[in-house]
Amino acid sequence: MTETLKLTIDRRDGVAVIYTEGYINNQGGEEIARAAYGLLDEGYKQLLLNLTGTKIINSIGISILIEIIEKMLEIEGKLAFCALTPTIEKTFHIMGLAQYAAIFADETTAVSGLRSDP
Amino acid sequence: MIAATPLREVTLVLPMAADMELVASQAAAALASWIGMPSDRVDEVRMAVVEACINAFEHSRAAERKVDIRFLVWGNAEPERLEIRVHDRGVGFAPEAVERPRLEEKIRGERKRGWGLRIIQGLMDQVEIQSGAEGTTVVMSKSR
Repeated sequence: MTETLKLTIDRRDGVAVIYTEGYINNQGGEEIARAAYGLLDEGYKQLLLNLTGTKIINSIGISILIEIIEKMLEIEGKLAFCALTPTIEKTFHIMGLAQYAAIFADETTAVSGLRSDP
Repeated sequence: MIAATPLREVTLVLPMAADMELVASQAAAALASWIGMPSDRVDEVRMAVVEACINAFEHSRAAERKVDIRFLVWGNAEPERLEIRVHDRGVGFAPEAVERPRLEEKIRGERKRGWGLRIIQGLMDQVEIQSGAEGTTVVMSKSR
């Protein structure tokens, strides 16, 4: 029983959206990090993680997301999340992630939020 | 007054192996749903169980690479509360010595991990850690 995470990337005008599908554990977190750092290399400094397809995440996966947040702070970029389950959103709040990465209800609001706060 | 014997008891023995925490989370979700928990609370139980299993897998240093999980449903005539006991036979630790993680320090620091207990405490109604030479048991419960 191995859960693999599927990622899809949508490059938009200045904002790259990473869609996740599946469990975000250590391998899943690493895959997201690889995708995020690749997008930074391409010049995207505003990243949105759309977690519509993720119903469960663990703290190892989240700790890798924290590494991405650290990187975004270094380059003065922005990482945001959208479409979280209530439990994932609650967990991010428990950890204080919302102080460093905005959380939006849906993708439309998130993309316009990122664009209006460059 | 809550009965002294559980209405239901389910036991799982999990190998400490990749993604086995999901097996525990599925059992937890099934029981939480069975007692009538709303879906958001079921998800919170699932996530807490995942974290408790991962803690055991990663930190217990148990020679016997197994985790025992007991699910106990408590209540009088109707089920009211799900208790989950995640036990490893590892080296134990001092729960009071575990520092509460702070994101501002984690972001700038080398070690980003160490969130498991904080997450469990945030998601469950009650959490108790029993740890010693015989291993560690995380006892957590949530009402429906």
